[in-house]
Amino acid sequence: MTSPLEQKKIRIAGPSVVTANRTWDGIVVYRTAANSWSAELSEAAIVRNSDEAKALLAEAVADDVGAIGPYIAPVQIGDDGKVQPGNLREQIRRTGVTIGQPAQV
Amino acid sequence: MPLVNGGKITDDRFVKLAVDTPLPEGGDILVPAERFLGEAEGLLKRAGKVGVIWPNNRDIAELVPYLGQIAAVALVFPTFRDGRAYSQARLLRERYNYRGELRATGQVLRDQFVFMLRAGFDAFEVKKQADAEAFMQTAKRYSVFYQPTGDGRITALHRRMQLRHSEGVGT
Amino acid sequence: MYAYDEIDRTLVNERVSEFRDQVKRRLSGELTEDEFKILRLQNGVYLQLHAYMFRVAIPYGTLATNQMRALAHVARKYDRGYGHFTTRQNIQFNWIKLAELPDALEDLAKVGIHAMQTSGNNMRNVTSDQWAGVAPGEIEDPRIWSELIRQHTTLHPEFSFLPRKFKIAITASDHDRAAIKIHDIGLRLIKNEKGETGFEVLVGGGLGRTPFIAKTIKHFVHGRDILSYIEAILRVYNQYGRRDNIYKARIKILVHELGIEKFSREVEDEWQHIRNSSLQIDEEVIEDIRSRFTYPVYEKLPHMPDELRQAAADPDFEAWRKNSVAPHKVQGYSIVTISLKPTGGPPGDATAEQMDALADLADKYSFGEIRVGHEQNLALPHVAKRDLPALWKALDKLGLATPNVNLITDIIACPGLDYCSLANARSIPIAQELTRRFANHELANLIGRLHINISGCINACGHHHVGHIGILGVEKNGEEVYQITIGGRADENAALGTLIGPGVKFDEVADVVEDIVEAYLALRERPEELFMDTVKRLGVEPFKERVYATR
Repeated sequence: MTSPLEQKKIRIAGPSVVTANRTWDGIVVYRTAANSWSAELSEAAIVRNSDEAKALLAEAVADDVGAIGPYIAPVQIGDDGKVQPGNLREQIRRTGVTIGQPAQV
Repeated sequence: MPLVNGGKITDDRFVKLAVDTPLPEGGDILVPAERFLGEAEGLLKRAGKVGVIWPNNRDIAELVPYLGQIAAVALVFPTFRDGRAYSQARLLRERYNYRGELRATGQVLRDQFVFMLRAGFDAFEVKKQADAEAFMQTAKRYSVFYQPTGDGRITALHRRMQLRHSEGVGT
Repeated sequence: MYAYDEIDRTLVNERVSEFRDQVKRRLSGELTEDEFKILRLQNGVYLQLHAYMFRVAIPYGTLATNQMRALAHVARKYDRGYGHFTTRQNIQFNWIKLAELPDALEDLAKVGIHAMQTSGNNMRNVTSDQWAGVAPGEIEDPRIWSELIRQHTTLHPEFSFLPRKFKIAITASDHDRAAIKIHDIGLRLIKNEKGETGFEVLVGGGLGRTPFIAKTIKHFVHGRDILSYIEAILRVYNQYGRRDNIYKARIKILVHELGIEKFSREVEDEWQHIRNSSLQIDEEVIEDIRSRFTYPVYEKLPHMPDELRQAAADPDFEAWRKNSVAPHKVQGYSIVTISLKPTGGPPGDATAEQMDALADLADKYSFGEIRVGHEQNLALPHVAKRDLPALWKALDKLGLATPNVNLITDIIACPGLDYCSLANARSIPIAQELTRRFANHELANLIGRLHINISGCINACGHHHVGHIGILGVEKNGEEVYQITIGGRADENAALGTLIGPGVKFDEVADVVEDIVEAYLALRERPEELFMDTVKRLGVEPFKERVYATR
């Protein structure tokens, strides 16, 4: 596996975050500005250009014990400043499956 | 990189030569396959043992004519995910009856030791010191083996047959 | 049932303790994720969108009731109360924590269940016919051989780091329920003219990005040689299979690039070296494995018991019986398929409560045995016909008596973008919508046998290529788009489906399937002509016209 830093040139089209899964339990986490991980998208550090994205990702990759498979994901920022996932996959990662889980049906 | 040989961390007696490293006067050397095949006669004549570093994408049968004269074969794991050298090792041991040192090189980690031992390796250039130190403990991790290989460990199928027969005698 | 002995138990326990150590090293940082990934995969642990996913093997689809209860226990204690039965006789748990996995494995090991090699580039769970041992006309029970191969492929010292994953399936019936032609090695159990057991060996089947139907490499390999022959195939593959490109690393590509003749010559050369080695199996070894499979002591029962005659007055019971109950090799008994495809439900999912209740029912009505099939349904393999009405009532209460086996709503689907990190599009909601559209049992029955398969990406875990109607979800400009194929099949006449035209949007998929079905109903020559046969007779054109006329 090549490091995500080497995979390709990092180019972002708009505001983005770095996301991964926490190592010990696998839950979705976001990289914060405080050098740490949070389960809340609202606490994620927002990057707006490639250099920022690269720096945040490098920092995330360095924490191999804390979280697995960090990558850059797009977000949308509403007029009220609220951060929302930028695509369906990230939406599902944030809010869960789009179907009823059998145990709850 | 620590070398485990005979179950213990030991000094490596072999010096690895590149394709173009000048040949040292004496001492044991490990030579890349290409160079070995090109200079075999000269290399084998000199004092000191000769071993060959054999890549995992080259037919191991090419080495067969020399097996009686070389002291070591080092097979390569470019990553631990690449398992071609396991087949080469078994062929060397089980088909070509090679009895010299069979060394695993490259990305060699603790979690491959049992597989490597079963395939016929007896020397290991281990990537991490902690893994090398855990060698003996790791090698004993399994007591049950389903497949017959050249390592002589009894397989589950045969152990069952033995149990069957001993029970048969008892009753 | 196969009963583990002390030897099998020891190995599984040793594996669990090894994995416990590996997890510990990972959590402490001694192992990097790059190093750990392959180790966790070898124990069936993936990382998916929301969490780790844990895949547990159900070799050749046979489960004892205490094993089913252990799966329910894992669902409840370590997961969110349910599990997902896959197309390869595995069960997946979607919300497991890495730190708790060693405990879950240990709980499963107590009942002889493991997760070894349920992922990773090694030999996967050996699968077989879910009706093995009970199907009328079966040559012999293929599970004896499946178990032999399961043991041989477990922690194999030479073949645990193959170019890519490797799947073996075995069938012993004329009708192939194990989909052997889409496996890396497919084995069809046959007898030679001397009455000796052996196998037709097929190789190089598989779906994914480049689908191939397996080809016969040898028409008869004697049973005693089967391990050496498989070993020869694997040795050729291990050395020559491509490792430069993950999409070209499966054995199907090697077979395709070399051609089956050259590939089979390589295998034959290798086999001649090893066939007379300790890999040769003597009859005693087979006997020993056979002796650890136990079979029920069946009663002598009438073909048509009174209970069944009386229950026939209930149309709901009759609908279920006609759909889900199949003949058994022993008179007075039946094989009951349990649909895990309720209307509006995710295909293949079962709750812990359902698993426990099914275990109770299997104890009561099926000699304590449950089967898992590649269609993502379960089966009770030994049900006395007189018990069918009572069983049906109990299943119905559990939501497990949907009479849709082999019908249009018996959909095979991968987890898709709702769970899977590889997926590009959702699968389950498409399946759910289709089960609602065709919820009317009379309509589904009128349509007859029709398999829909849905995959949420090109890796084809939903086997879309071999669905009578195949649906493949892809992503295009940030949107889910679905490509529809028709005419595929996974049985003994396995074939790949043909694309009918441009992809359609998420909201349109169910409409398109309705159009295809309407076209079929209008085009079929007589009610008995199955969808497959109409497609074969007419090709895709009339279906294409119907679907795209208004789009």
